[in-house]
Amino acid sequence: LFPQAPTMFAQCSRNSVSPMVLLVVLGCLLCPPAQASKSSEDIRCKCICPPYRNISGHIYNKNVSQKDCNCLHVVEPMPVPGNDVEAYCLLCECKYEERSTTTIKVIIIIYLSVVGALLLYMAFLVLVDPLIRKPDPYTQPLHNEEESEDTRSLAAVPTPAGARANTVLERVEGAQQRWKRQVQEQRKTVFDRHKMLS
Amino acid sequence: MDQKGYRRGSFQSSTSDEDMLEIAGASVDLSTADDDPPLDREMGGFSTYNGGGMNGKSTMMDFLEEPLPGVGTYEDFNTIDWVREKSRDRDRHREITNRSKESTWALLHSVSDAFSGWLLMLFIGLLAGSLAGLIDISAHWMTDLKEGVCLAGFWFNHEHCCWKSNTTFTDRDKCPEWKSWSQLILGYGEGAFAYILNYFMYVVWALMFSLLAVLLVKGFAPYACGSGIPEIKTILSGFIIRGYLGKWTLVIKTITLVLAVSSGLSLGKEGPLVHVACCCGNILCHLFTKYRKNEAKRREVLSAAAAAGVSVAFGAPIGGVLFSLEEVSYYFPLKTLWRSFFAALVAAFTLRSINPFGNSRLVLFYVEFHMPWHLLELVPFILLGIFGGLWGAFFIRSNIAWCRRRKTTRLGKYPVLEVFVVTAITAILAFPNEYTRMSTSELISELFNDCGILDSSKLCEYVNDFNSTNGDDLPDRAAGPGVYTAMWQLALALVMKVFITIFTFGMKVPSGLFIPSMAVGAIAGRLLGVAVEQLAFYHHDWAIFSGWCSQGADCITPGLYAMVGAAACLGGVTRMTVSLVVIMFELTGGLEYIVPLMAAAMTSKWVADAIGREGIYDAHIRLNGYPFLEAKEEFSHKTRAMDVMRPRKNDPPLTVITQDSMTVEDVETIVTKTTYSGYPVVVSRASQRLVGFVLRRDLIISIENARKKQDGIVSTSIICFTDYCPPLPPSSPSVLKLRSILDLSPFTVTDETPMEIVVDIFRKLGLRQCLVTHNGKLLGIITKKDVLKHIAQMANQDPESILFN
Repeated sequence: LFPQAPTMFAQCSRNSVSPMVLLVVLGCLLCPPAQASKSSEDIRCKCICPPYRNISGHIYNKNVSQKDCNCLHVVEPMPVPGNDVEAYCLLCECKYEERSTTTIKVIIIIYLSVVGALLLYMAFLVLVDPLIRKPDPYTQPLHNEEESEDTRSLAAVPTPAGARANTVLERVEGAQQRWKRQVQEQRKTVFDRHKMLS
Repeated sequence: MDQKGYRRGSFQSSTSDEDMLEIAGASVDLSTADDDPPLDREMGGFSTYNGGGMNGKSTMMDFLEEPLPGVGTYEDFNTIDWVREKSRDRDRHREITNRSKESTWALLHSVSDAFSGWLLMLFIGLLAGSLAGLIDISAHWMTDLKEGVCLAGFWFNHEHCCWKSNTTFTDRDKCPEWKSWSQLILGYGEGAFAYILNYFMYVVWALMFSLLAVLLVKGFAPYACGSGIPEIKTILSGFIIRGYLGKWTLVIKTITLVLAVSSGLSLGKEGPLVHVACCCGNILCHLFTKYRKNEAKRREVLSAAAAAGVSVAFGAPIGGVLFSLEEVSYYFPLKTLWRSFFAALVAAFTLRSINPFGNSRLVLFYVEFHMPWHLLELVPFILLGIFGGLWGAFFIRSNIAWCRRRKTTRLGKYPVLEVFVVTAITAILAFPNEYTRMSTSELISELFNDCGILDSSKLCEYVNDFNSTNGDDLPDRAAGPGVYTAMWQLALALVMKVFITIFTFGMKVPSGLFIPSMAVGAIAGRLLGVAVEQLAFYHHDWAIFSGWCSQGADCITPGLYAMVGAAACLGGVTRMTVSLVVIMFELTGGLEYIVPLMAAAMTSKWVADAIGREGIYDAHIRLNGYPFLEAKEEFSHKTRAMDVMRPRKNDPPLTVITQDSMTVEDVETIVTKTTYSGYPVVVSRASQRLVGFVLRRDLIISIENARKKQDGIVSTSIICFTDYCPPLPPSSPSVLKLRSILDLSPFTVTDETPMEIVVDIFRKLGLRQCLVTHNGKLLGIITKKDVLKHIAQMANQDPESILFN
């Protein structure tokens, strides 16, 4: 979820390696549902039988396969004598249900961790980042300038033309700055100038 | 893979858009990591490129033959040139086919190129289905989180928590593992204090979710708010909005959609799911060169991705394809039809394997009954259609008025506060009424449901006579007290939903419109259905009922009325026709109900069209001023091209570039002084005979590059657009040849051409500009923006509302 991750991903994407990487990722995403669905507590046949004459309503659960999911197999012990069984079973409603608890657990945990990571990153950007950036002599005088000059100075300052920003940290910095500027532009378009998405 | 010998900017350069180049000191940032463009959006000169810390590799190739990277790409908020993109793709395809005869490797390459489209569709389907599964499961869980927690594992929602426990028949919906908040905190669940505590926790959770959603949107991806469908329609018609379909937008939209839906706001997730699917499509396009470099091919993929999005939202693959065809796409060639279907199917399969609802259904409100209906019931169905049309027109008018107010007044300055207030009002009003407290999808599911013996909800509390039942087939019965309570509660819910949705749609959180409209229609339909049922029960001896609805027969199905009402309201708002009917009958799984659905949908569309011409998405496009040339309306005025073209009579003459007599300095002056996005190239100022058309961005990039990299190019060098440049004395500086960036076949019309034909040309070919000639001499230019302004003027709308270029 760091902005450099999309940059690095994008830069690798020209190779044929990346479709394989994507397939692996998608496979991992789909693995939990595929392998986990057959735990025994996740399949059941549920029969609901309403009150009949002087017998109260009851719910029967049993772990059977889909073709055996009917009143005769699931309702045990049968509360009515043999000749009434058919009438009783006509009232009962049987449904085959399956679920995958592993899928649910994995997905909820993935979701909560993504939300948590985003919140942490937002807190970092709002609280910690300005403190880290203060000692940097280049950005201080730039705070008051307009955005276009800001970007040009940022471009001119870090590395001379033609040289590559070799350290990972500098690339990360550059990508993050670019992303921040982009979000700022988007924010201006949507929230301030109301040019889009109003 | 260096391709040589291309004209007209079809580039196959070895570097891709993602590398950044160093040109003239400032970096041209062409990284498409988030579709990041050069930020000179105001186009005020070519010196305001943004920089960045990174310097990419700049492969310098033979300048005369290799087109530069950057040439042929587009600025942000600009329209693409469909003709150029399509011909570039054809050139590329021809090249690959020709080369495939040379070696095995080239043959394999051509086969994989043909196959890449299908592979891409497969990936899009997989990713869209997975994300939809994640959204469904998370939203289901978080909605129930407002009411309580499951002690057996906090990740279970109410239904799954009670799955394993042994419940009695009378207490089917309660189980000991699920604790409401008052039970958890206080230890008991009944009583006034427990109710107040539940109420308080519900409101607190709702506020937390929606605040988190709007903060995430504002902080990370402002483009993730709203529905997304109007913007996607505009993008598919050829507009470029960089970052709208990027990675951050995808992540934030997925996360905040779940939060917004769970907070109890009156919005749905179908529209944003289309946006999510299109983001997936756009991101996955970067894996394949064929789609990454060509904007027209990319839009084909986006059409298919939109179909996949609707397919997972409703579990309706065919409906999704038709939705993409009818509502979202601009051009829809037959190849896209087949591919969209494939993508929609793969997405539906993936979602089914994730099985979010535990019964192999893709939608919560799948309908399983197949009761017959009688012809006389068409009268109430048509009444529902009229209601749907009226409500649709009312909703569009009021929502647009509110959005306009949000756009122009101070209300728009406080988006976070607005979300907070609307959520607070919604939560406070929703909790007391059980039908607004449950999530809207559950409400629709309950309304669509036909009452059986075993249904214990209030809506099914009819006066039962168990001795006379035969099997599961219940006759029409008198309504019990539960039904009457449910009726007035539903009526209150209807009023609340009608009004609160107006203020909710368009807020700065992801919001969709399908589910709230369907809810309004379903409530109205169910009310009418129960009324008709009771009428038939108490007056079964009237002439209209006696023929087919005798006592003891099961003739009226209120669930069907709810479905028809939902279709009518959805049709009234979005003005969908075929796709709506197909989606609804894929939801029901049978063809029995096609006639009522069609009757209601058509009636609602006619009534709504009589009141206001536009659907909600077109109305939002017009509100935002997007340059969308409507493909469905006829242009019926008798103006001619000379009335619309620029320059007008009192304007300065057309800015042109001559083919071989202007210097680099002259051209730079023109480019800095004017903000046009392209210039015609003529033989000479005296003759004004047309040679071609050159784009501003290509000019800027080429000149900057030439100044930096080529020897001898100075301000007084002549720029030559022809093959054979005029011979110059040996002391003059070398000539800059820019033949490769010139478009040699611009479209021209004469000044007497009727505007109907010009508008038709713009629509059918997807032009961006068109040159106007008179007696063979260049007279003026018509751009798409001019056409849009002219149409707006002719329709007595404000022509200045067309904002973008």
